[in-house]
Amino acid sequence: MTFELSHYNAALLFALCASTVFGITQRSSPRDMFRYGAYCFVLFAVGVVVASWLMWLIKH
Amino acid sequence: MPNPQTAIANQRSAKPAVSQAGSMATIAPIAGWLIPGLGHFIQRRYIRGLLLMLAVFIMFFAGLGMQGKVYGFNTGDLLDILGFIGDLGSGLLYFLARSMDWGAGNIHRAVADYGTKYIVVAGLLNVIAAVDAHHIAIGKKP
Repeated sequence: MTFELSHYNAALLFALCASTVFGITQRSSPRDMFRYGAYCFVLFAVGVVVASWLMWLIKH
Repeated sequence: MPNPQTAIANQRSAKPAVSQAGSMATIAPIAGWLIPGLGHFIQRRYIRGLLLMLAVFIMFFAGLGMQGKVYGFNTGDLLDILGFIGDLGSGLLYFLARSMDWGAGNIHRAVADYGTKYIVVAGLLNVIAAVDAHHIAIGKKP
């Protein structure tokens, strides 16, 4: 069984699963869980892009 | 003045409830560790349990699919020891992977290293979920 993902898709899948667990475990009401999970997902996704550009700038 | 008989009856009826909550506080995190989401399922938090189960299962099996490594018990490099502890958090999934010899191949591409991290993080997320099940059992969280 092999699973091929691009680097960014791998990061997004990671973000989705981690955000789901963070949202459910760190908040009490379903509404807050969803909002916190979405917030974590956006931070993960944007953080990957920002970190990528930072590495590109360091290299160049 | 309260009736002494009523007070005694209330104490008797409260004891089994306290004992049940106490045992659930022990059983739920262990069940949640062994099978991701089970700690929530047995406390009737079905949707939360299902989502946690899906998140941990997807991360664990995606990691295996990316040819990630499953750490065995070791006393060598510190990062390998920490990797083993993280992997162990997946509970029965870890023992299943070890018994089936999954994740034992050599890493020879970058995505495989992602897979190794997926497997470790799946274990760590499962530990967070198990702690959450404990918090629900003791009434700290609804």
